[in-house]
Amino acid sequence: MKELIKKLVETYGPSGSEEQIRQAIMEEVGPFVDDLRVDPLGNLIAVKRAAKGDGGKKIMVAGHMDEIGVMVTHVDEKGFLRFGVIGGVSPQVLLGERVVFADGTVGVIGSERLDEPKDLRVEKLFIDIGAKDKAQAEKVTGIGRSAGYYRKLDDLGGRLVSKAMDDRIGCAVMIQAARELKKSPNDVYLVFTVQEEVGLRGARTSAFAVDPDLGIAVDVTRTGDTPKGLTMAVELGGGAAIKVKDSSLVAHPKVKELMTEVARAEGIPHQFEVLEAGGTDAGAIHLTREGVPSGTISIPTRYIHTPSEVVDYGDVQACVRLLKGILERRVEL
Amino acid sequence: MVTPAKTIELFRRLSEAPGPSGQEDEVRSILRGEVEKLVDEVHSDTMGDLIARRKGRGKKVMVAAHMDEVALMISHIEKEGLLRFRKVGGIDDRVLLTKTVHVGRDRLPGVIGAKPIHLQEPREREQVIKLDNLFIDIGARSREEAEKLVKVGDYAVFTTRFERFGSGLVKGKALDDRAGCLVLLETLRALQQTPLKLDLYGVFTVQEEIGTRGAAVTAYDIAPDIGFVLEGTVCSDTPGTDPHGQSTVVGAGPAISIMDAGTIADRRLVDFLVATAEENGIPYQFRRATTGGNDGARIHLAREGAPTASISVPCRYIHSPVSVCSLEDLERAARLLTAALKKIAEGGLKL
Repeated sequence: MKELIKKLVETYGPSGSEEQIRQAIMEEVGPFVDDLRVDPLGNLIAVKRAAKGDGGKKIMVAGHMDEIGVMVTHVDEKGFLRFGVIGGVSPQVLLGERVVFADGTVGVIGSERLDEPKDLRVEKLFIDIGAKDKAQAEKVTGIGRSAGYYRKLDDLGGRLVSKAMDDRIGCAVMIQAARELKKSPNDVYLVFTVQEEVGLRGARTSAFAVDPDLGIAVDVTRTGDTPKGLTMAVELGGGAAIKVKDSSLVAHPKVKELMTEVARAEGIPHQFEVLEAGGTDAGAIHLTREGVPSGTISIPTRYIHTPSEVVDYGDVQACVRLLKGILERRVEL
Repeated sequence: MVTPAKTIELFRRLSEAPGPSGQEDEVRSILRGEVEKLVDEVHSDTMGDLIARRKGRGKKVMVAAHMDEVALMISHIEKEGLLRFRKVGGIDDRVLLTKTVHVGRDRLPGVIGAKPIHLQEPREREQVIKLDNLFIDIGARSREEAEKLVKVGDYAVFTTRFERFGSGLVKGKALDDRAGCLVLLETLRALQQTPLKLDLYGVFTVQEEIGTRGAAVTAYDIAPDIGFVLEGTVCSDTPGTDPHGQSTVVGAGPAISIMDAGTIADRRLVDFLVATAEENGIPYQFRRATTGGNDGARIHLAREGAPTASISVPCRYIHSPVSVCSLEDLERAARLLTAALKKIAEGGLKL
């Protein structure tokens, strides 16, 4: 599974520019599902059907393909690029960072001279792609082009670090579960969504189209286990996190119970998660049409939205087992 | 290029008509009168959106421009006969002071009063007067007198007269988004004699300024394949702004959005609009701000989603009593949309 994770996290795909990551996911999940389609906004919907006459539920599992990034808004005479941010990117993290565009062009982020560190704002930063002037810069990029962090995956021994664990690790969990899922009484819709980082947008339209009986998001969550960090019960290595609440969703009690029951029955390490600020695609799914009972399986992750997001490989495997366990069950709601 | 006098007169009527969010009927009636001649069907929905349909086989395209403008609403009448008010949409407190307004449907004249400089403490002069300390003076001497003329809940709108000035510029209130409404009308007019393999919906929406509300229900109803939004958008090309902070420049052509707070413009549509502008020799620019939002936020997320892009007329000083735009930008925006719709009808857009 580590190879799959490496492939997904290293692929380019800021919100609104998900073509490459969608292609990569199609290659990986295609052989294990019955149907694949791309909807008007670019969501990838992969369907694994129940055996005929099994009469199970329609379950939508959502993991988002997009990652945070930056978008070029201006090219100056000397070839420097000004930009706006796509999703929750902070200027502190960007400073000195390298970013990559869809065609592989690499740029480094520099700053205007600042009087005080607190003056650091996105408007003060620019991307230097090594161009000598505007004309040269515009040969490879231009206004409206997006870039993401330029980082590789490193295996720290049981723990993996990379850009875009949020939420390629969720996509990897879904793909791995599809690979291992032999038979299910349910129609399983694996939806790899677009534009989660800018407001759960892909989940909203795909959930309307799928119209599921049960919604499950698979996404990263914060941890409380770093020095003088967040006060939060979730820790790396503590197993799959079953979401109770975040700012987008109160997990449906029956969905939470279902997850807990599967984890207990199958001896899957798990922990409960209450996240104060943040949301996932389940926030959009559960409010679709007449409402959809929904919950979230979270992968505990440190340093979210930086180029170095860290997950525990054991937690990832626990999440795969938990998702597979749920999908295999005959679900009563 | 010379803008026909008839078009300028129509722009004047649109700009001067009051159309606060939630009470767009005067603007709607002007638009209805114009659009009825240009399409197959016109109707209003329960919220007041005006939907003009040109029936046809082919892609279902929704083009939206909002009718409403930022305004004020009377919230309380003081015993001295002065009116307290709240904002309807995003208005900077700093632009309110001493402006004249029309209150209610009968356009009762009023002025937003303030303490004259002679009577202010030195400290007061350095501060922006907060909304809570402002009032509208309608010349009434008591609450009783005022209550005969206005009710709590009445709107107040700015009174700015529309004028041409400079070389090909106009100034007036509510160019955001009467400019977009005019672009939509002129596009439908330009296409009137052209057979089109399109199911085209021109939608004049309500309540954009308070949360893109009209667009939400119309997009749900229409369920388009493709969405376009026509806007009067932010521009700060005046001295003191760095080139990378300018957003748009008046006179440099219609602005194609790349991203704002509510929408990432569909990349395929952006590239398509750029190619269409270049093929037709229409100057264009990108909207270089990534803040703000428009009806596109609702349209692209309606039902199963629809690729959506925005074309805007750059307007200086929007959300104030007076804004400025270029007639040439407006014509170019209409030409760009006209060419784009023809191309889509001919199967020239691959999605």
